[in-house]
Amino acid sequence: MLINPLTKNIGADDTALDLGAYRNNDGYRGWLRALRMSPEKLIDLVQKAGLRGRGGAGFNTGFKWSFVPGDRQAQPVRYLVCNADEMEPGTFKDRLLMERDPHLLLEGMMIAAHAIGATTAYIFIRGEYHRAAKVLENAIGEAEQAGLLTPETTGWEQPLRIYLHRSSGNYICGEETALLNALEGKRAIPRAKPPYPQVSGLWGRPTVVNNVETLCNLPHLVTQGADWYRQLGRGEDGGTKLFGVSGKVNKPGLWELPMGTPVREVIENHAGGLRDGLTLRGFLPGGGSTDFLGPQHLDLPLDYDAVGKAGSRLGTGTITVLDEATCPVGLVLNLSRFFARESCGWCTPCRDGLPWVVHILQRIENGEGTMEDLELLREHTIRMAPGNTFCALAPGAAEPIQSALKLFEQDFVDHIRGKACPFH
Amino acid sequence: MKERPEKVPQRIPAHQEGTAPQLSAEEMRAIDEERSHYESDAAAGLEALRIVQRERGWISDDSLRAVSAYLGIAEAELEGLATYYQLLFRQPVGPEVIQLCKSSSCWILGCDRLQTTLEKALGIHPGETSADGIFTLLENPCLGACDRAPVLLMNEELHSHLTEEKLQALLAEKRQRHADQSAD
Ligand SMILES: Cc1cc2nc3c(=O)[nH]c(=O)nc-3n(C[C@H](O)[C@H](O)[C@H](O)COP(=O)(O)O)c2cc1C
Ligand code: SF4
Ligand code: FES
Repeated sequence: MLINPLTKNIGADDTALDLGAYRNNDGYRGWLRALRMSPEKLIDLVQKAGLRGRGGAGFNTGFKWSFVPGDRQAQPVRYLVCNADEMEPGTFKDRLLMERDPHLLLEGMMIAAHAIGATTAYIFIRGEYHRAAKVLENAIGEAEQAGLLTPETTGWEQPLRIYLHRSSGNYICGEETALLNALEGKRAIPRAKPPYPQVSGLWGRPTVVNNVETLCNLPHLVTQGADWYRQLGRGEDGGTKLFGVSGKVNKPGLWELPMGTPVREVIENHAGGLRDGLTLRGFLPGGGSTDFLGPQHLDLPLDYDAVGKAGSRLGTGTITVLDEATCPVGLVLNLSRFFARESCGWCTPCRDGLPWVVHILQRIENGEGTMEDLELLREHTIRMAPGNTFCALAPGAAEPIQSALKLFEQDFVDHIRGKACPFH
Repeated sequence: MKERPEKVPQRIPAHQEGTAPQLSAEEMRAIDEERSHYESDAAAGLEALRIVQRERGWISDDSLRAVSAYLGIAEAELEGLATYYQLLFRQPVGPEVIQLCKSSSCWILGCDRLQTTLEKALGIHPGETSADGIFTLLENPCLGACDRAPVLLMNEELHSHLTEEKLQALLAEKRQRHADQSAD
């Protein structure tokens, strides 16, 4: 049975699979099969398989697609957008898929385009991913030349077009409505929701935004079926996922593992445990905008709901390890600086709150903090909570702060009482 | 806070008649190509700025005006984009743009020390260009290579598992290359 659908073509050498090699490995069979299915059936299949968005929010992909209006005659122009912005601190998964197996992503995009009736698709890639952009551009050319997108293949009235859009920067471009504004050539500021993009997205047309890894799940899901997909997971969620570990571990890296794999297995077996005899203080399960978890959570299965119940989010599934020799206050300061810099400036708790948070954390780190500062930090995280801002950047920024204040409270207190950072 | 040069770009006096800045044929071709990818022509403005920067290294007032004239998009609109997006430069940069990752995993593995090394070696802070005009130093969010931390981008090249020695060697190599080029 196929157990590593996302990385089965990715070998030890550092090259990208070209179209010929991809096809020799059963490539584009999912696309050809999807074309023989009605969009409704395809959406139903993906929904039943339980594929959840890998961009961070974990929304059921088929369900997300089902909000796109069904009447194609009434709204013939629709868009698919692949979110390849990958700028979340600690996240390095989409890069691998794009650099090494670009046709897997293109095939996934074609399948999604069929499901929602899109005839134009964009890959929105961050500007720093030079190599991935070149590999993808080349792959798009190969797919076009091979006639995979033509009406003869698809039976559609128009050819499917796939364009690569290189971003000019900013983390906020990854937020799906800010991304749409960037594609429209505007400043990347999130849009008020509703309406959601599925109803009114790019230039007001029905639009679906999906993450790279989400789309890469589709080809094999279509050829192997929903039951196969579900049973790939070890726990509640179906499928596999790219899980990664960075920080002071022996073998930082990225592995395709079943959903539901326990954290301990990823950190200890795959990443080889902490290096230099260090012990683990905590970890961010899925990027800089997820709550810290502690050693007591090592046996947690990496499933969306399980991590949610433990008080964090699976997020992007790339774990950042905090070791005993690294200052938690310093790490939270580093993350808050990032979010403060990346705020688009629209909402007060984010635009004004985050620089203030940075100021307080810097003061504590310098040994000039007071106990009242901790209360002030807590208040800021409440102001940045979901519902108080236009997008999830500020709530995400609050997550590592609020959890650090609980898990590492003693470290904050030690900085304040000792009037210095104990780690220096 | 955007890591941008502190100086506000100097306003150049308005252009005299007949000296309207021009886009090259290649720039126009690339802009037209991008324009054909979008439902609305307005989307090409951002792309045009990226293209002009790719060709000229940065976006001068002249370049902004040229794009404005070519696409019929107001200069102020384009300025709004150029000052919003981090990878668009409104000041000249050196031929070697260093984007040092300052995010979490690289921080845990010592990017602050690397920054000090770079600042000393180049005599500049982030947002500035070295006196020899070769290097521009920028702080960058996570470069998506956290398993190889600490990392930096030198133009399009990713350098990973950095140490101070590796960094010094890299700077020396680039300096040498530029010295050789100017000797030719
Ligand atoms: C500030 C911010 C940045 C984001 N960055 C990304 C990103 O780089 N890549 C991504 O796929 N999703 C990102 N997201 C999530 C997207 O808004 C969106 O949920 C996702 O692309 C949907 O795809 P999925 O359903 O396949 O996960 C970001 C969200 C926020 C609030
Ligand atoms: S939360 Fe922050 S990034 Fe999001 S819209 Fe508001 S100001 Fe902009
Ligand atoms: S934190 Fe530096 S590459 Fe991700």
